Amino acid sequence: MIMLKVLLALVPGIVAYAWVYGAGILLTLALATITALITEAAILKIRQRPIAPSLADLSAVVTAWLLALALPPLAPWWLVVVGTLFAIAIAKQLYGGLGYNPFNPAMVGYAVLLISFPVIMTKWPAPLELATTPLGLAEQFRYIFGNVLPTGVQLDAVTSATPLDYLKTQRMLQQEVTTISQAPIFGHFGAKGGEMVTAAYLLGGLYLLQQRIISWHLPTAFIAALALISFVFNTFNPAQFAGPGLHLMAGATMLCAFFIITDPVSGPTTPNGKLYFAAGAGVLTYLIRVYGGYPDGVAFAVLIMNMCVPLIDAHTQPRVFGHKR
Amino acid sequence: MNNIIQFASKLIKSLTVSDVHQFHGGVHPDEHKHESTTRPIAQLPMPETLTLPLRQHVGYIPKLKVQVGDYVLKGEMLAEAEGTVSAAIHAPTSGTITAIAEAVIPHPSGLPDMCVTLTPDGKDQWKPLTPIDWQHTAHNELIASLRTSGIVGLGGATFPTHIKLRTDGTSAVHTLIINAAECEPYITCDDMLMRERADEIVQGIAIAQHLLRATKVVIGIEDNKPAAAHAMTAASQTLTNATVTAVPTLYPSGDARRLIHLLLGVEVPHHKRATEVGIQVFNVATVLAIYRYFTFGEPSVSRIVTVTGNVAAPQNFEVLLGTPMPLLMAAAGGAKADTSHYVMGGPMMGFDLPSLDVPVTKATNCIIAASPTLFAPPPPAQPCIRCTRCADACPVNLQPQELYWFAKSDNFEKARDYNLFDCIECGCCTYVCPSNIPLVQYYRYAKSEIIALDKAQEAADLARERNDFRLARIEREKLERAQKHAERAAAAKNNLAQPESAEADKAASNPDAVAAKKAAIAAAVERAKALKQAAANSRGAEADSEQPSLAESNSAETKPDSDAQAKIDKKALIAAAMERAKAQKLAAAQAGDAPKNTENLSAKVKAEIDEIEAIRTKAQQMVKDKASDND
Repeated sequence: MIMLKVLLALVPGIVAYAWVYGAGILLTLALATITALITEAAILKIRQRPIAPSLADLSAVVTAWLLALALPPLAPWWLVVVGTLFAIAIAKQLYGGLGYNPFNPAMVGYAVLLISFPVIMTKWPAPLELATTPLGLAEQFRYIFGNVLPTGVQLDAVTSATPLDYLKTQRMLQQEVTTISQAPIFGHFGAKGGEMVTAAYLLGGLYLLQQRIISWHLPTAFIAALALISFVFNTFNPAQFAGPGLHLMAGATMLCAFFIITDPVSGPTTPNGKLYFAAGAGVLTYLIRVYGGYPDGVAFAVLIMNMCVPLIDAHTQPRVFGHKR
Repeated sequence: MNNIIQFASKLIKSLTVSDVHQFHGGVHPDEHKHESTTRPIAQLPMPETLTLPLRQHVGYIPKLKVQVGDYVLKGEMLAEAEGTVSAAIHAPTSGTITAIAEAVIPHPSGLPDMCVTLTPDGKDQWKPLTPIDWQHTAHNELIASLRTSGIVGLGGATFPTHIKLRTDGTSAVHTLIINAAECEPYITCDDMLMRERADEIVQGIAIAQHLLRATKVVIGIEDNKPAAAHAMTAASQTLTNATVTAVPTLYPSGDARRLIHLLLGVEVPHHKRATEVGIQVFNVATVLAIYRYFTFGEPSVSRIVTVTGNVAAPQNFEVLLGTPMPLLMAAAGGAKADTSHYVMGGPMMGFDLPSLDVPVTKATNCIIAASPTLFAPPPPAQPCIRCTRCADACPVNLQPQELYWFAKSDNFEKARDYNLFDCIECGCCTYVCPSNIPLVQYYRYAKSEIIALDKAQEAADLARERNDFRLARIEREKLERAQKHAERAAAAKNNLAQPESAEADKAASNPDAVAAKKAAIAAAVERAKALKQAAANSRGAEADSEQPSLAESNSAETKPDSDAQAKIDKKALIAAAMERAKAQKLAAAQAGDAPKNTENLSAKVKAEIDEIEAIRTKAQQMVKDKASDND
């Protein structure tokens, strides 16, 4: 029931995604889902555990969807399969399956792909409205499965830098943030088109909050920490550092705030611990974005904070009734 | 949408009900209370037999005072309280004692316990009752009298009431709280009691207030019982400094510590009892029993029981203790066809009855006929995903997901560190768990394991203490013996240094052989004695110990000790013998004879030595046997 609602909450984001980047994402989602279920079933079979209840809890599907949504829209099929396989088999099942994984499986899968295939992982297609030759569903299908583009279309014509990526490269060229953000790929706050997807994730996240699937602590602390640190840096040096608007609405911020750091298994359990965990992830995300080697820092920020969970939990135990602090 | 409305109503409530101090967590299951509140409290026809378990309360089993065949009047004592924490049992009606035997009692274990069976004569004749003038009787007399009343906490905890009313000088109770929250679903016996007998309850409160010398009374009633609250408010006008406070309907508001917090904003420290912070809590039915006892002299012979659930006509009944439960079911119109089992207590903290053929006891506040429709069997448990809904629901603010993890992995020390023993087993966590994990069962398991480990540890500590004492004693004895031998040796030296006696001259032909013989005999005798002593010691250790586990650990340690003791003794003896032999050698040398080997002993001497050796082997065998017995 919980997982089903999480999937439901992802639907607005998926719709917006398909609208902005094309329906190819649906193929990626389907591919990831099938891979996840088959992998889960296979490993459960090897581990001699009942298969049906574990598949029915839909946790594998949630992992698959989160990974698929984090990947670039035109990711080749094998990238999706490898990432999902790693997420389910290594990051989840080898640790004992649902409830036992110390790291967020989707983020482990993502990190593995990012490190192994950095070029493909950072090659994002331009939103359809910006692409010189937008691809239809069939063309996206052919590209994903056959790596074949329509005749006469170059890859550069369909891809473009993401705002966070562009910001990083341009800043290395000593460009000022104000100048950089004049580029056509920037929208009102984040990426043109991309910010719509981000807003849709926010919508889904609010639904999860209302359904009490997730606690308010995590998204609030994550967003607040990211906003605060970007605000401080931006105020201190606006030419060097982008403001909170971009950081909140670009990249995987909202997906992370409501769907990724809210993974209960790999996260802390105490109310204060959730605040520290999410704030830490927010700060790390910012630092990796600004100073790290990758355009977005969500995956590594979450994985690093996952490591701190036992420590955070141990030191944030709430006061028990009738006990002193 | 529903959630928003619920949230809004909660918000409004939290703003309007400002005089209660909300506790963390809690749940609100379906109340199911209205079913049994539409009919008044009814009386049952006289049962054919009453079965009274001797243990109906927390504490020591009372001492039986009747025999089979005795005729007793209603209210006559059948068993008297023994020890401090104990309560008496009285005859609920007049009749004959027809059996005193083990029978199944309403307990989760389903095990039989000693019960008195009373066959009523139908006259229901009271023994001569003597009311007590509680306003003009000394406090200790009243408490002593109450000890014979059989009154225990009727909310379900069944703690003997006279203990709760004792006021030792150290803990002056300033506030008396009357627990009328009745937060468990289905149960309505307190609700109906307040609606129908508020005046009697209030008079009981006055007596309890007098006994405790409490200046303030707060009656806490959940806000889903407006009729009861109204009746109590009206009746409580006669009390001094008493208020009726509505508490939000949120399970487990009826838990004493939660209720104290709700009403007074006081958190009773986890290692203290409420009385230590000047607060005492009584259930409404209990204060009513106190009133009946002092005003009419009636001991505890009946109680109100809610019969509800899958029955035709759910209702509350005033029931004689010992009444067979099937009679109650029949009175409530009978259990419906799809009834699967019966629950005593509420659905949250109650337990499944081993069978319906058990008697009503002082703890029986409610009997629920359960069906798969009312209580769907829980779906199979799924893995814990640490969603922390249990932590959000825990009224003690524990971290149930961590406790579950520790209990499951037998990490008991950690479980204790995370305050497992503060868990009140209210079942909120189990109720909200989306993975259907029976969390409370894990906590009960961990608690019982920890208690068992603690007991074993205590026993081991005791054994170690005794052993330390024993070793000290052996050391002391060894020193004493050594001293004695030294003295003897010194004496022998003196004797041998001047061999002027005729006997010494006579033996001069073979003096060394005689001396060696003597020494060998003495040493062997001493050794045999020591071994015998060791065997006796290990036997004694077993006989001394009170617990079998103790004996085991004790005698297991005894084996090497007795060996060691024997060795020590031997050493001392050998040393002494050598001393003597040396002295004799010296004497022989003076006599001018070369020393001869002990192998050249006469047959008689050899036989003597063999005999002693046999005794020694036998003693050794005894010690060995003892040790192997204990293995």
